[in-house]
Amino acid sequence: MHMFNRSKSQKKPKPAYAGPVLYYNDLVIDHFSNPRNVGEMPDDESNGFGLVGDPSCGDQMKLWIKVESGRIDKVAFKSFGCPGAIATSSMLTALVERKTIEEALCVTDDDVIEALGGIPEKKKHCSLLGVKALRAAIADWQSRQTDDKGKSAGS
Amino acid sequence: MIYLDHNATTPLHPRALAAMLPYLRERWGNPSSPHRFGNEAKAAVENARESIAGSIHCKPNEIVFCSSGTEADNLALRGVARALRSRGNHIVTTAIEHHAVLNTSKTLESEGYRVTYLPVNRDGIVQLDALEASLESDTILVTIMHANNETGVVQPIEEIAALTSRQGVVLHTDAVQSAGKLPQRPGELGADLVSFSGHKLYGPKGIAVLYVREDTPISPVITGGEHEHGLRAGTENVAAIVGLAEAATIAFEMSETEGQRLRALRDRLERQVVSSIERVKINGARAERVPNTSNVSFYGIDGESIVLALDVCGICVSTGSACSTENPEPSHVLIAMGLDAQEAQGSIRMSLGRETREQDIDFTVSALVDTVERLRRISSVRNE
Repeated sequence: MHMFNRSKSQKKPKPAYAGPVLYYNDLVIDHFSNPRNVGEMPDDESNGFGLVGDPSCGDQMKLWIKVESGRIDKVAFKSFGCPGAIATSSMLTALVERKTIEEALCVTDDDVIEALGGIPEKKKHCSLLGVKALRAAIADWQSRQTDDKGKSAGS
Repeated sequence: MIYLDHNATTPLHPRALAAMLPYLRERWGNPSSPHRFGNEAKAAVENARESIAGSIHCKPNEIVFCSSGTEADNLALRGVARALRSRGNHIVTTAIEHHAVLNTSKTLESEGYRVTYLPVNRDGIVQLDALEASLESDTILVTIMHANNETGVVQPIEEIAALTSRQGVVLHTDAVQSAGKLPQRPGELGADLVSFSGHKLYGPKGIAVLYVREDTPISPVITGGEHEHGLRAGTENVAAIVGLAEAATIAFEMSETEGQRLRALRDRLERQVVSSIERVKINGARAERVPNTSNVSFYGIDGESIVLALDVCGICVSTGSACSTENPEPSHVLIAMGLDAQEAQGSIRMSLGRETREQDIDFTVSALVDTVERLRRISSVRNE
């Protein structure tokens, strides 16, 4: 049978994205394939940390921030989850980078979804994690400002 | 495109399509009509029935055409439950059934039947002693799938049939994922009722068979005219029936050789995955499986993310079953096999088929290596 166009020399796969995949739009796929601000920030480089979700019952997200003079100077995340969770986390970090704490606290799930051009209805719950993790990280930063106990990971 | 999702559906075999075309074009008569034009369609349906009976080793009058594997399962469960209501109301099934059986069982529970969901062991297999212990004096039906759609694990259906026939209980098996993949003929499994579907064996969608052994107590679910021996009313899908007959002939003829070819490819895939990616688990590997199916858990990452990343590379695989991809719950099959939720969430299913070649497997493995590495770099779950 010749059902499929298979080029004779199949080389190393590269993400040659062509057309809508699954039920995500191009921008979501882009943030999933090339997520912004992925990584961990060591303790001496960050001053706020948030951890939400539980990988034993679904998605999980960790988010670090470095706040300098009331502004999010750097943000980084790691995520165990579906494409929607990864893409919304990535977009959230892109949205809040360089924002003041007050501005960052105003960012909502809907803002993230809108910035991505929409995500499927059934995937909207995934976007909750990012905003929750950010708020937890900001709360952690704030508590470190008021008392100098150091680490208290929000949840 | 590399298509490794043949447990979801298969391409229509060109010979099946060719057999169907006349019944979509010029021979569009109704098999129930009292004229020669209708009779031509009737003859096509009855020839197909005989051909399928030959392929699956049963009598032509034991074949009931339905619209889907799901409908065949519904007819088996609801039909037997209704026919035997006066004799009892206990049904035995398993925790790993396809939703067509699982959700129909739940519906029957809400209608007053009692249903026992048997567990499986870590290899995904139902234990015969547990089945025997579950049978009660009012058990009217046992329904246990032949091959699992997610893992490919095959249940010892002949031994199960020996047990149920000894106890005088009707046995149904959902053979949608095994028919044509294993050399065993559905009519010889020992079950009283067997479901299988056209589009899983390179036939058309919208057609399936419920094999009903002679003298099995069963009532219709869809009522109307006297089609299909009074068991399934509705004008026959003539072209699809003809296409299914052709596809089934081919599938059973080549099941032995094609099975060997696919098993070698599947083994190659699993060998390469295990040797080139750390922290993986082949689910159901120790059990007998249909030769085309591989279910793999990758530690610390999400199955749907793997599916999307491979899709971007032009490779079609699946998480669990196609019907539940929008359902965020982890696979009930893998959970029943004792995997934890995270292992189940990190699983994908690759199901090979007739177009699959060695180079497709190698290409897929190299894409998987890159994908898993990338997703693990993103993952918040520590990977040591």
